[in-house]
Amino acid sequence: MKPNFWKRTGFYALVAFIVLQAIFPFYYAVLTSLESGQALFEVNYLPKKLDLSNYAGMLSQGVFGKQILNSVFVATVVVIISLFLAVTASFALARIRFRGRGLLLLTVLSVSMFPQIAVLSGLFEVIRFFNLFNSLWSLIFSYMIFTLPFTVWVLTTFMRSLPIEIEEAAIMDGASSFTIIRKVFLPLMWPAMVTTGLLAFIHAWNEFLFALTFLSTDGQRTVPVAIAMISGSSEFEVPWGNIMAASVIVTLPLVGLVLIFQRKIVSGLTAGAVKG
Amino acid sequence: MTGTTTQSRLSRNRTRSAWLFLAPMLVTLAIVAAWPLGRTIWFSFTDASLDMMNEARWVGIRNYLEYVSWGDGQGAYYGVLADARWWRSVWNTVMFSVVSVSFETLFGLVIALVLNQSFKGRGIVRAAVLIPWAIPTIVSAKMWAWMMHDQFGILNDMFETVGLISKPIAWTASPDTAMIAVLIVDIWKTTPFMALLILAGLQMVPRDMYEATKLDGIPAFRVFRKVTLPLIMPAVLVAVVFRTLDALRVFDLVYVLTPNTDATRTMSVYARENLFDYDQFAYGSAASTLLFLVIALITIGFIMATRMDLEGENS
Repeated sequence: MKPNFWKRTGFYALVAFIVLQAIFPFYYAVLTSLESGQALFEVNYLPKKLDLSNYAGMLSQGVFGKQILNSVFVATVVVIISLFLAVTASFALARIRFRGRGLLLLTVLSVSMFPQIAVLSGLFEVIRFFNLFNSLWSLIFSYMIFTLPFTVWVLTTFMRSLPIEIEEAAIMDGASSFTIIRKVFLPLMWPAMVTTGLLAFIHAWNEFLFALTFLSTDGQRTVPVAIAMISGSSEFEVPWGNIMAASVIVTLPLVGLVLIFQRKIVSGLTAGAVKG
Repeated sequence: MTGTTTQSRLSRNRTRSAWLFLAPMLVTLAIVAAWPLGRTIWFSFTDASLDMMNEARWVGIRNYLEYVSWGDGQGAYYGVLADARWWRSVWNTVMFSVVSVSFETLFGLVIALVLNQSFKGRGIVRAAVLIPWAIPTIVSAKMWAWMMHDQFGILNDMFETVGLISKPIAWTASPDTAMIAVLIVDIWKTTPFMALLILAGLQMVPRDMYEATKLDGIPAFRVFRKVTLPLIMPAVLVAVVFRTLDALRVFDLVYVLTPNTDATRTMSVYARENLFDYDQFAYGSAASTLLFLVIALITIGFIMATRMDLEGENS
């Protein structure tokens, strides 16, 4: 009985530590965001009062609201475009046999290994060429470099796992490939599409390097860059309360998504990687 | 007879539609990836600057390495490869990657083993573990910068209470601890990803395997070493490679948490500084190209070593 008791206590202590280290920094950010004035500079482990002035301060600056909308717009459009391009492409890669298929998939996969910095100077030129500098479309366009390979890869693996029989009847009826995608595959693919869409959304929402480089005015910025650029008039006047309030605002939706779609996100993250 | 001709016409039709379906994606990838990469490499051999990209002229490998003779038998080397700051950033990047990936693998393995047990509230624990992964890197950097604040930071307060340190540490500002600060935040943020990948590998180990060892009364640690570890090794290796490639291009965390210090500057940060802050566009492109080469070599090595099943023949 005794060794079992200690074993179980030890196990739950480990579990408690894992949970604590995972959520404490975010908890502390929430706590700090609710403090202002002198309270900010005392180390507290538990909330003392609810002071929403940091939130009011951030949201009353119209520009932060605009920046949130920028992020929502960019991430949503990125998800829609990359899913649309990836569904048709992965149908071809998964269900049609043709020469060079493996090489093609390899090429797509290797693009996802590209360091973003390696394309930065070339992409900067392309974006200036299309006159997209300081436009949100520059981000939507450039984010394809990491969302597309990933979505194509996961959807292709998913489509391959479906049995051949499901499209046989449709082929016999002489349905076109596009009809087959629309009528046969799309209804089956919703789970995989929700997963990849979520991951693409989170990735686009968090991206920093391109957003830092291709946008130049406050009103156009997305939230990660906006938060990185909040600063006081001197090194000693960094508005930590405001920064934490902004951080909580942009992170809460993501934490919500993770809690709701936990299973889907886990399966999306591990798809492809484990199968390889 | 007619059967085979319709068959082949059908498959020819399908092949044609395959390329039609692939075209939009391929064109997009060509414009956002292949072409810019080619241009970056081209710029690295020119004298391009931010304002004069179109008039860029070929200058050979001058941005990489050039010996300039001063005429009196003496001279000096210039270029990225002769820049001590570049080599410092290479060292920082390699150090960062090795240390962070090692710790992430170790902690990820522990968390995965815990999550693989069945206990009450496992779902909640798994959700909690995912939170650091979901938080944007910039937000993590700011949250930890505040926790690591030299005067008002909670981390110093904790360590002082426990007695680990006697006086507050300026985690991010001091060159001695800046890299440690970056590593702490990265390990905290990325361990969940590692844990999930390893957990997926663990869940593919058949349950009967454990039942058998339990009946034979083999100690748990031996079971782990002799049975579990060899079985999940492929999953762990894939996770390690993915993470290493990711760690080698680290940018946001370093740029925001510890700006402008030799102690943490990585290859990506070095390249970006030269490209846009110092107006050394061609020189920065050369640094980008070198980073690309390093990552490409590792990727190719990985694909060859694992002989991935790309044609889908075995599925």
